Amino acid sequence: MKFLISMHINPAVLDALTDEEKAAIGAGHGKFIEALKNSGELITTQALADPSQAAVVSVRNGQPVVTDGPFLEAKEYLGGFYLIDCENKERAIELAAQIPDSAIEGLGVEVRQVMFADGLLEA
Amino acid sequence: MTAPAIEDLLRELTPQVLGALVRRHGQFEGCEDAVQEAVLAATVQWTAEGVPDNPRGWLVAVASRRLIDQMRSDHARRERESAMAAEVVPEDVPDTDDTLVLLFLCCHPTLTAASQTALTLRAVGGLTTAEIARAFLVPEATMAARISRAKQRIKAAGSSFSLPDGAEREERLRVVLHVLYLIFNEGYTASSGSELHRADLAREAIRLARMVHAQLPEDGEVSGLLALMLLTHARQKARTTAAGDLVPLDEQDRTKWDRGLIDEGMELVKASLACPALGPYQLQAAIAATHADAAAAGETNWPQVHALYLILERISPNPMVTLNRAIALAETEGPPAGLALLSALDSDERMAGHHRLLSVRAHLLEKTGDTAAAYEHYRRAAKATASMAEQRYLESRASRLRP
Repeated sequence: MKFLISMHINPAVLDALTDEEKAAIGAGHGKFIEALKNSGELITTQALADPSQAAVVSVRNGQPVVTDGPFLEAKEYLGGFYLIDCENKERAIELAAQIPDSAIEGLGVEVRQVMFADGLLEA
Repeated sequence: MTAPAIEDLLRELTPQVLGALVRRHGQFEGCEDAVQEAVLAATVQWTAEGVPDNPRGWLVAVASRRLIDQMRSDHARRERESAMAAEVVPEDVPDTDDTLVLLFLCCHPTLTAASQTALTLRAVGGLTTAEIARAFLVPEATMAARISRAKQRIKAAGSSFSLPDGAEREERLRVVLHVLYLIFNEGYTASSGSELHRADLAREAIRLARMVHAQLPEDGEVSGLLALMLLTHARQKARTTAAGDLVPLDEQDRTKWDRGLIDEGMELVKASLACPALGPYQLQAAIAATHADAAAAGETNWPQVHALYLILERISPNPMVTLNRAIALAETEGPPAGLALLSALDSDERMAGHHRLLSVRAHLLEKTGDTAAAYEHYRRAAKATASMAEQRYLESRASRLRP
C-alpha cells in the first residue's frame, strides 16, 4: 500500500533549534532514507524550498494572477514528504514515528494513503 | 518461435533451471541472480538466433557460467582460490521439478507478504524485476531492493533446499496458497489507484496455481484456490463498463462470462468437494460456483450461498465472511435480517469505518427503502475507500438517492 508521509514544518520552531539539534535532524533523515531504500519501501522523497519563496497562482477572467507567499497564512507549512510503499497502515505509522520531526513539539508528521498515481509509477 | 512464445517458454523453464542450479551449487540468492541474467540473455539471443535444441540445458549452462564468474570475481576480490570455480559445467540437467521447493522457499514465513509475492513472481514466475515493479506500481529500484532484502533474509534463516515434512509442510503450503491468492487479488482489484484490473497479475497467479495443482492434484485446498481464481477471473469482462466503471455482480451481463474458465472451475470444485476435509478456498470456490450456476442474478441459489458462508464462518471466522453472509441472509430472509447481522460487526475494530461494511449497509438500507440513511452510508463508504473505481461506483449509487 502506498502512503504519503508529509512533514509540516514551523520555521519559527526550526529557527529556535541549536545547530546540534538541526544536524541531528539531518542525520536522522539520512539514516531513515537509507533504511527505507534497503527495505525496498521508498518510492521517492523530496524536500521543499522555504515557503517565503512560494508563488500562488490563480486565473481570473482567463488571466493568470500571481501573488507572493504561501497560500495559507499559517504557522506550519508543507516542508517535504516521503512517498512509500509498505505492508499496511500500521507499518506506515511505525515508519512515520522514525522520522526525527515526529519527536519535535510544533512539527507535524501526517500519514495518508495514496489513491491515484501517474507519471513516476507507470503501469 | 514468436517472441511471446519464447517468453512463455522461458517463464515455464525458470523454476526448473533455478531448482537445478540450487541443487548443484546451493546458495539460492546467487543462483537466483544468475538465472535471471541467463533468462535476459536468452530473451535477446533466442529471438535473434532461434531457440536452441535443449533450451533448459542452455539456460542451466549459461546461468552456471554466470554464477561461477560471480564466484570467481568474489574470490578474486578476497584473493582466494576456489575448487568450485574450476568445476566443469555439465549440460545435462537432473529431471526433478523443484517448483514446490522454490515456492516454499520464496514464501518463507520470515518474509513480509510484499516480499513473498515479489520473490515468488521473480524466482518461480520468471518475471523480471522491472515487470514486477510495473505490476505493483513502484520504481524498479524499490522492487530490486525488496527482492534483494528478501533473499538476504532467507539466507539468514538458513533454510535448506528441500520440502518440509508433515505439519510444517501443511502450514507452509497454506502460506504459499495465501501468497498466490494475494497476487491474484492484486491483479483483480488493485488496492489503490484508478485501474480496476491488472489482468497480468491475475493470469500469473492462475498460472502459478496451475503449477502447484499439477504437483499436488489431490490437495483439496489447492484445487479450491485454482477453482476460485478461475471462477472469479471468468467474470472479468463483465465486471467493468467500457468506461472502466464497476458493475456489481447482480447487474453483470452474464453472457460475457468466460464459459471455458467457468466449466474448468466447476469441475475442480466438484472434485475438491469430495475431499475429506473442507478448507476456506474450497468453500469460497463453491460459493463462486453457485453464482456461476445462475443464468441470471434472480436465479441465484441464495440459501446455498448462505449455507456455504455459514460453514466458512465456522471453520475460518473472519468479519469479512460475516459481512458476505449478511448479503446472502438479506436475500433469503430479507434486508432487516441482513442489517441485524451487520450490527454484530460494529464492535469489531477491524471493521469499524471499513468501506465494505459501510457500502453493504448502504445497499441493505436502500433495499429496506430507507433512502436517506442509504445515501449517507454510500457517501461515507465512498470517502473511506482508496480505490477510485469503487469510489466512482459508490458515488453514483449515492447520487441516485440524493435527497
